[in-house]
Amino acid sequence: MLSLLGVLVVVAGFALRLNPLVVVTVAGTVSALLAGMSPKQILDAFGTGFASSRSISLAFIVLPVVGLAERYGLQQRAQALIEEAARLTAGRLLLLYLFVRQAAAALGLTSIGGVAQMVRPVIYPMAEGAVMRAHGPDLPDEVTDAVKAHAAAADTVGAFFGEDVFVAIGAVLLITAYVDANYHLKLDALQIAIWALPTAIAAFVIHGFRLLRLDRTLAAMVARSRDAGGDAS
Amino acid sequence: MITAEWVYWLAGAFFVAAGGQIARDPRHSKRWTNAAFWVLLGLSFFYGSFVRGSGGAAPPLRPELPAWPLGLAAIATALLAGFGFTSRGIVPTTTPAQRERSARRKRNWLFVPALTIPIVTVTFAVGLSRVTIAGHALLARGQETLVGLGVAAIVATLVGTIVLRPREPLVALREGRRLLESVGWAVLLPQMLSVLGGLFTQAGVGTQVGLIAQHVVPQDSRVFAVIVYAAGMAAFTIVMGNAFAAFPIMTAAVGWPVLVQRFGAHPAPMFAIGMLAGYCGTLCTPMAANFNLVPPALLEMKDKYGQIKVQIPTAVALFAVNVGFMLVLPFV
Repeated sequence: MLSLLGVLVVVAGFALRLNPLVVVTVAGTVSALLAGMSPKQILDAFGTGFASSRSISLAFIVLPVVGLAERYGLQQRAQALIEEAARLTAGRLLLLYLFVRQAAAALGLTSIGGVAQMVRPVIYPMAEGAVMRAHGPDLPDEVTDAVKAHAAAADTVGAFFGEDVFVAIGAVLLITAYVDANYHLKLDALQIAIWALPTAIAAFVIHGFRLLRLDRTLAAMVARSRDAGGDAS
Repeated sequence: MITAEWVYWLAGAFFVAAGGQIARDPRHSKRWTNAAFWVLLGLSFFYGSFVRGSGGAAPPLRPELPAWPLGLAAIATALLAGFGFTSRGIVPTTTPAQRERSARRKRNWLFVPALTIPIVTVTFAVGLSRVTIAGHALLARGQETLVGLGVAAIVATLVGTIVLRPREPLVALREGRRLLESVGWAVLLPQMLSVLGGLFTQAGVGTQVGLIAQHVVPQDSRVFAVIVYAAGMAAFTIVMGNAFAAFPIMTAAVGWPVLVQRFGAHPAPMFAIGMLAGYCGTLCTPMAANFNLVPPALLEMKDKYGQIKVQIPTAVALFAVNVGFMLVLPFV
């Protein structure tokens, strides 16, 4: 049971809203000490872990070109485009993005989309433009935050529940490799991918339904905040 | 052969350049500690090429260097940012009014650099993965997408510089630093969580969770066993931030011995949907920082947990649907 102490540090740290980097460093050190590692072994483990996880951070190398395009008005252009498509509300736009993101991931094209290269420069400004068209340019902060959160969530949900339908993705290969090695089965990667399909469809239906209701939710948020503002003034 | 190491060095160079810019910015409120954070992080990306991988894998490049200095650097950067020695600087950029004017002039040309990124990445991942030159593969196997992303970043920046014609050619680097500083310390968090996952495994957290699951699961109820498997996948994923870590442990504890061997479930649907039950946990946890905490930082949201809050209802509903699938599909 002692080995769960590291988990406890994480839970307590996040619950107390301490800085996650400190929480994670402390929890890692505690876990390593419980595993009987020496200080040098702990440093080695941090070094090895850092070196072999560098690929997670590669998404940031697109920031210079994204920043460059933003400097010349990419977000503003995206908003101008959405103003011409009057029937594309924020909810419908994000539904469309969810579909494209999920379908592309299902074909193995997870590099289409992503928050750094797609959501921040194009999708989020378009969604916000659609909300501004409906409710005027001065949006309350909580509405802006909700649009951002939903844009990021559509990206994540689409990628997660699309990629598993693709045969050559890590999750599918992990399942077949683990099961074949340990239980002497011959699982076909295609079978795993096909059985991911019902959940993929369910994910699209559930999240898509919520996106279709998003426009109403946002309208209610705007109305509530304007009422509150009216009372105060 | 082009490998992912080249791209890690590109990322490292970007971080070092950002640190260099901060060091030359006298108006930055925490100039030197910030510069130290980014430079140290960037250099770690280079050093990592010479360190043994997890599981004792040979270092990508020679000569082999010891891992502990890299560990020291990782902890130093984490604590530097974690104890508030870093903050966001003010990077000069265009005003909203200037952007409006520029957007009217450049029109859809603005999308060209942004769309270059996925086009080039996909070309590499799909089109160039089997190209050989004089008998050697052009791209290292399994690293096509990473290499593609690196090439895409460079090509898109060149395309952007040609199409948008900034007055100073290096302005992209400054804009990149602006966005990087808006993400701030969250840049480092996904990698530190990955380190933590490895340490949890070494400390035996997985074995312990498996033991608990074995005690909880009743020997005679199929429905209950399915629920324990699915809930264990989701809960363990919430703790570890990664369904891949949960899968072997829950499958060894419940999935294989109880569901497949005792109740005769078909392994393919049970394990496929079991993994996806774990994904529902990923949607809910700050431990999956690259999916759930970095995007709010990139989008400069006020509520850093706002994305997770939006995702929880979908995760809960989808989890219930998954349990339903797991009760039926593996047993027909």
